[in-house]
Parts: sequence; structure tokens; C-alpha cells
Amino acid sequence: MIPEIGGGALVVALALAVLGAVAAATGARTGRPALVESAQHAALAVYALLTGCLALLVYAFLRFDFSVRYVAMNTNLGTPFYYRITAVWGALEGSIVLWAWMLATYTLIVVVRHRRNARELYPWVLSVMLGVLAFFLLVMTVPAPVFQRLTPVPADGRGLNPLLEDSGMITHPVALYLGFTGFTVPFAFAMAALVTGRVNDFWITATRRWTITAWYFLSLGLLIGGWWSYHVLGWGGYWAWDPVENAAFMPWLTGTAFLHSVMIQERRRMLRLWNLALVILTFALTLFGTFLTRSGIIASVHAFTQGSIGVFFLVFLSVVVLIALGLLAWRWDVLGAQGELDSVVSRESAFLLNNVLLVAATFTVFFGTIFPLVSEAVRGVKVSVGMPFFNQVNVPLFLGLIFLMGVGPLIAWRRASLDNLKRNFLWPAVIGAVAAGVVWALGVRSALAVLSLALAAFVAATITVDVVRGTRARRRLGEALPGALGRLLLRHNRRYGGFVVHLGILVIALGVTGSQAWSVQTETTLQRGEHTELAGYRVRFDGLAASEESNHFKVTATFTVDGGHANGTVLLPAKKFYPQEQSPIAYVDYRLGLFEDLYVVLGDFARDGSQATVKLQVNRLVSWIWIGGLVLTLGAALAVAPERRRLV
Amino acid sequence: MTHRWRWLLPMAALPVLGLLAYGFVLDPRSIPSPLVGRPAAAFTLTAFDGSPLALETLRGKVVVVNFWASWCNPACYDEAPVLERAWQTYRERGVVVVGVDMQDTPEAAQAFIRRFQLTFPNAPDAAGKVAVEYGVYGVPETFFVDRAGTIRAKHVGAVTDDVIRGTLDRLL
Amino acid sequence: MARSTGCSEPGARSGASAGPRDHDVVGATLEGRGETATRTLALVVGLLLVATLASAQPPARPVSDETAHRIASELRCVVCQNLSVADSPSEMAAQMRAIVRERLAAGDSPEQVREYFVQRYGEWILLAPRRQGFNLVVWGFPVAAVALGLLAVAFRLRRWTRHAGATPARVDTAMSERIRRELEREP
Repeated sequence: MIPEIGGGALVVALALAVLGAVAAATGARTGRPALVESAQHAALAVYALLTGCLALLVYAFLRFDFSVRYVAMNTNLGTPFYYRITAVWGALEGSIVLWAWMLATYTLIVVVRHRRNARELYPWVLSVMLGVLAFFLLVMTVPAPVFQRLTPVPADGRGLNPLLEDSGMITHPVALYLGFTGFTVPFAFAMAALVTGRVNDFWITATRRWTITAWYFLSLGLLIGGWWSYHVLGWGGYWAWDPVENAAFMPWLTGTAFLHSVMIQERRRMLRLWNLALVILTFALTLFGTFLTRSGIIASVHAFTQGSIGVFFLVFLSVVVLIALGLLAWRWDVLGAQGELDSVVSRESAFLLNNVLLVAATFTVFFGTIFPLVSEAVRGVKVSVGMPFFNQVNVPLFLGLIFLMGVGPLIAWRRASLDNLKRNFLWPAVIGAVAAGVVWALGVRSALAVLSLALAAFVAATITVDVVRGTRARRRLGEALPGALGRLLLRHNRRYGGFVVHLGILVIALGVTGSQAWSVQTETTLQRGEHTELAGYRVRFDGLAASEESNHFKVTATFTVDGGHANGTVLLPAKKFYPQEQSPIAYVDYRLGLFEDLYVVLGDFARDGSQATVKLQVNRLVSWIWIGGLVLTLGAALAVAPERRRLV
Repeated sequence: MTHRWRWLLPMAALPVLGLLAYGFVLDPRSIPSPLVGRPAAAFTLTAFDGSPLALETLRGKVVVVNFWASWCNPACYDEAPVLERAWQTYRERGVVVVGVDMQDTPEAAQAFIRRFQLTFPNAPDAAGKVAVEYGVYGVPETFFVDRAGTIRAKHVGAVTDDVIRGTLDRLL
Repeated sequence: MARSTGCSEPGARSGASAGPRDHDVVGATLEGRGETATRTLALVVGLLLVATLASAQPPARPVSDETAHRIASELRCVVCQNLSVADSPSEMAAQMRAIVRERLAAGDSPEQVREYFVQRYGEWILLAPRRQGFNLVVWGFPVAAVALGLLAVAFRLRRWTRHAGATPARVDTAMSERIRRELEREP
């Protein structure tokens, strides 16, 4: 029953989406609001149908309805109930349902919010959103049908991939997809702007909050992915420059560039062509991301590929890119710059440089990711492009970006006089240099680490200078200190939200620097009762224990730790043996701390529990990455807060 | 001047899209082996039945070296009878089938051997050194070594009767 | 073809190989005192001894954890996707790490150890492409991208600043007086 109802609903939704997209576009071209109205109704209906389908899927999972092939493949009678819900998006077909549902929700919000205030652009925005929805609905009905019937109905299912049985699984795809799909809206507005020729600021101001929200969710998704990788995958790292990780990182990079360069367009009416190109690139990269995950052309730990779906995505990506860039080329004449600049030393330049670095990083990551294909095409030789490459080439770019984070917000528009430069940057520069000296004196010898810390100090100082000056100005008007600060932040929430986000990025950057520069590790085989030492921690192997869980068999090793902040702790890394998986999954254990984490991975072991191989890591400052994420959240929230219209 | 150059923008996307399309014809997981055409690395292991198993002693015969594991289901399970058949069919003609068991436990491996009633020599590669010597990156993988000791072919994945026949007929 | 998904191999085997113990080259020294003949004989014997021992055990060096880790982090784990041999929790990677340590102890240079793996797996086993031949394209790309970007920005800025100065902003003198007085009040 369920497969038929669900499948039918999706086909209806597909038809409605196609009709709606055509109706909205035709209504806009021929000036018939009735058509646009009907497209709106189609959007509402699609949303209702997709919500119903999602609910149906969740229901099928909760009730162990193995007549649905997707349910049988991704769960079994032993799967705990909360993972049965998250299993909905645990594999290919379900992930598309989630994506489409989010798109439909966003379309609904666009209808509600912009129906009246974006008269000219709205029909085209609606058309584009419905068009993209139609594509995903097509994928859900043809190459990756989620409501396929399985006959005969098996007694038990296959089970969820054990790596996905984790809290990260509940949140990571959701956040990531909210980010990816969120960028569809600015893209739709950009298309509408190009088609109607209204390429001035309206489409940008209308989508400001959309952009920040999408950017934030993408950031959150990436951070959660890092967290998941760190505490599940058992390799002690949070980012591997895996092709699919890169595919999610690239739209983040261009999204960040876009976030910044629209500020130039808002203030100075420049870069209109560039902003349109950036948002098109960002959206194209989100599609590229889903393409890469599902096409199987690059080997990746994330890949969950199947059949012809890759072809569908490539065709759609090609159509989108060619049409969008074609529209851009068509409107080229209208997009000349309208502003002027007095000096190369100005905020405009800083922002431009920011864009250069971010886009260069994007292209570097892109080219590195597809280079194995290029190499094979040209030389016939397979090469790998992995972490050592990406770390080496990206670090200088990111250090440059950190520097710009300090310069950008304070340097003057149009022309920064020497006086302006001195007032804003003298103290921070001094502090940065002092920090470099202090760090060097403390024994840090890695040039990159010293530079990174010095730049972080510089940026933190610039932020402090600005906040202090702003607060002081308000205080002179008679306000008390805490109130002054609070009102400063709220009155100029965009600016200070941005500052807090920058602060969050700084903290993350420090965490990355610390973990790359100062982490240590060792691997050794221990007899029961024997201990090993690393960085002041003494770790003793106490034995093994076996246990039977609901859907797997677990061997747990006991390690007692002394020293550092983990005195007397017992760590229990394990190996989980799932019947449906050919080899065991490593389950790591760790003791997190503010400055360092002790991380233990169980390797090989003797059946009788007499010895075990253990890999120990002391990772430094990794917690700062997660803390930075929290700061980022606060900053983004502040930036999207409704603006206070009261004066002072 | 900008009038026609602007169309370069959408055109610029085409080579990239073309490259991605090309990716469909490639298999990112199949790695061509640099060892084909080179002398097979010597190894000395102790078979499960206790007898020594050294590649040099087999010089002059055609050797089929098969890397497997008991947890490698279904591929190794599919090819085990094929290999046993090959051993029975070709042993009179100077072909030796040798199995190297990697990343495995002795009990599970011996159960596997009993299950498929394999009579050709099988030895465990406990430290994984032989696997690395042969550039093995997954199971099963099968190498065909000619009488002079040179690796002439490598097959990744389960071997079939056709593959065995085709390769051995070439080497004999 | 079977692949491990969690990037761990079946465990439950007794003992993983640990790193080999360090060897010291046994040197032979002679303190000669007495007849020249005895000394010469002793010298010859000593030299023979050294020669035999040297050929039996190649001079080994203590293996630094750090070097082994560095090399392992440049090799690709063959069963995982995109993890390095240093990072991978899989059994195969542990065995490869042991081989790296073994070869370093046997006197190989880091480059020789890498070459050992490349000989058997192909260039694919290196996590960063060698900086030679066609691979220079991918290494040079970031530099080219930044250079191109900076050039484009330079052009843009030139075009924008060229128009400047043609129409200076006109400021009301009374307003500028007031502004100056306000600014002067700031410390």
C-alpha cells in the first residue's frame, strides 16, 4: 500500500511542479497574474504532497514496513527507533526526499514573504524554484525511486550502515541540506533579476537574510561533519579533504565571497556582474556537490552512488550552468560599474582581495578534486590528490584571509588616508608583532603557527579597537557601560554580528592551527597491565570485554589513564562487529579538554584478551573548533536579527 | 569588443562539464598494476597444513597466486570453486594454484578451506608483507605468473572459469 | 569486490607486528701494543670481522616516530577512501605502518620508502602528486589562480580610480566646520 500511495503522490507532485514552473514563467511573460496565482497553488500542493511523502516514509520506518525496498535496505528489527527516523535520510533515495522537502518548504516561505513585496521578480523566482523542485522530483520518481515495492517482503531488513548510527547522523545532513537548498533562493532571485533586467540592488537586499541563513547552515553542517568525523570515524581527525567534503566546502567559500561582495554593491553599486556570477557559481557548486556524492566518478568515503542518477545530475547541472551564464552574457551591457574609487587602499580593495583569495581557494580545491580525472584523461595514469596537497596550497590563502578579516571592517571606504590607517591599525599591528615575539619566545618554531597566532592577535585587536571606540562614543552621550555596549551591538547588528562571526572564525582558525602544529601520537602493542606514555599521560591496558548489543557484537577494551586532566579516567574504545558488514567498525573513546584531547583507538587484539594494539593521540586545541562554531552561531543570529529602526 | 567576448562565459563551462562526463567511463576504484611485466616478488610462507610454501620452488611452472579472505563475501566465495576446478584441471599441465589468506583468523580461514574443499596450497600472510609486495589493495586479487617468474596478468575481483581459461591458455 | 566500509579489518588475531628493535653496528677496535706482525694480523682479522658483520646487517639507524609518521601520512591507505596510512584505523594500514618502520630501520631514506610503495601500487599510493611532469599543473594552479585574480583586480581598480578626481565631492563649509569641531573633542 505504502509504496503505491507514496509513488503516486510523487508523480502528481512532479506534474504540478512542472506545470507551476511553466505557468509562473508564462504568467510573467504575458502579464497574467491568474497564471502566477495558479503556480502559487501548485507550490502549496507540492509542499503538502512532499510533507505527506516524508511522513509516510517515517511511518514506514517506524512500523518496519519491509514491503518498501528502501526501508528493508536501511533498517532491521534491531535498529533503535531514533535511528529508524534518521535512516530516512541515511541513503541515497531518502536523502533526495529530504532535499526536495526542504526546497518545497523554502518555496512556501518565498511565496508567503515575497508575494507582495517583490512584484516584478516574484513570478520568475517562483518559476525557478519550482523548476529545481521538478528536477528533484524527477530524480525521486525515475532513477532513485524511494517508494519501490519489495516482493517478497523479507522477514528482516538489511540494517543501517553502522557508521550512521550516531548523533551526527541526525544533524549533519539536515544542517548541510538546509544550507545547500537555502542558496537556491538567492539564485532564483538572481535569475529573476537577469530575466527582467532589474539588476540593481533589490534582488540583493531581498535575499540578504536568505544568504546569511543558508551560509550559516552550511557552516554548521561542515562543523558537525567535522565533529562527526572526529568522534566516530576513528582516525583522530576532523577534515580529510575527501572529495565530497571539498564539494560541500566550495559553495561555502564562494558563499562567503558572495556575502562580502554584496556589501560593496549595496554601498557603492559596483560589482553587480560579479555578484550575479558568484551566486550562480555558488548554486552550481551545490549541485556539483550532490552530483559528486551520487555519481561515483570520484572515489570517496561519502559516496553512496547508484546507477544512472549521476547522468541526471550532470545533465541538470549543465542545463543550469549554461542557461544562467547565458543570461549573464545576454545582460552584460546593463551590468557595467557605476561607482568610483579614489584609492587602491580602501575597503573596496580589501573586499576585492577577500574575493580573490576565496575564489582562488575554490578553484584550487575544485581542480585538485578533479585532477585525478584530468591525469587519467591526459596521461592515463591515476594519481591521488589528498590532504598533504590541499593543506599545503590552502594554508597561505587562509592566512591571507585572516589578515583581511582584520583590515576589512575598519579601513575606510573609497580612500583610506594615512591618518585613518594609523588610527585603526597601529595598535593592532603592534599587538600582532608582540604576539609573534611572545609565541616565538615560548618555543613555537613553526613559521606558519607563529604567523597564524600573530594574525589572530592582530584581528582580535582590530575588533576590540572598534568595539571600544563605538562603546566609548555612546558613553559620551551619557549611557552606562553595559547598556552602551548592548545597544551598540543591537543598533548596528549587521556590523557587530559580522564581527562576532569573524571572532568565531578566528577561534576555529586557532583550533586548526593548534591541532595541526602541536598534536602528537603513538601506536604500540600492550600486554594486560602494561602501560605506555604520551605527552604526560600514562595509559594502562586493563583487558577486554565482549558484549552482545541489539544489532551488533562489541569487543570493548579498558584503558586506565593517569596524568593531565584525565586522572583516573577509564577509556573504553571498542570494535563493533555488525553481521551485515564484512569488517568491524572502530569505536573510539576520548577525553575532551579545553586545550587538549586524549584520543584512543583500539587496533588489533588477542582473542584471549591478553594483549591489544592501541593508537594514542593527544590533539591540541581541537575543542576550540567547536567553541568557534558556537561563537559563529551567535554572530549569525545577531546579523539576521530584525533591525532596530529607532534612532540611537 | 565586449559584444562577442561575453559568450565566452557560458562556453567556458563546457570543457569542465565534458570532463565530468568523461568521468563516467572511468572506474575510480580500479588501479592498474605497475607490476604486470615485472618479476614476481619471492615469498616464503607456511601453509595451513604446516608445509613450507615458497614461490621460488615453483619456478618453471605457471603459478596462479590468489589473495583471499574468509570475510570476503560474496566474491571470494564465488571464486573458490572456480580456483579448485582450475587446480584440478590444469595441474597436470604444470600449473600451480596458490592461495594467500590475508587479514584473517586461522579458524575462519580453515573453515573456509574445508567448506570449499580446497586442495591447493593455502598460506596465511600474517604480517601483510606479501600483500604489500604484490600491491594488493582489496580481496580478491589474482596474479598469473609465467614459468620464468614474471607476472603476466592481474585480475581484480572474483575470477571466473573464462578468465582462468583465457589467461592460462595464453601462458601455457 | 570486498572492501571494508568502516575502514577497519577483522581483528581477533594474536599480535600485531611492532617495530623492529634497533640494531647497533658492532664495530671492532684494536688497541695495538706489541709486535707489528701481531698488530697487522689483528688489523686484518678486525677488518674481516667488520666486513662480515657489515654485509650481514646493513647499518641501521634508530627510527624516529616522527619520520615514520610523516612518511605514513603521505601514503594513501589502500582500503580506506582518502585517508592516509598514518591516520587510518584499518588493519592493512597498521601493517603498512609497520613496513614503513621496518624499511626505515633497514636504512632506506624517506624517498626510498615512498618509492618502494610506488613501485608496487603506482603513483596513486602517494597522497600528494609528485612535483614533476604533468603534475606541476595542479601544483601551479593555485599560484596561477591568485595571480590571475590579482591582475583582474588591478585592472578593475585602475578603471575605477581613473574616473576619480573628475568630480570631487562638494561639502558644505558650515557642515565641515561642525564636523571638525566634533572630531577635535575626541581625545
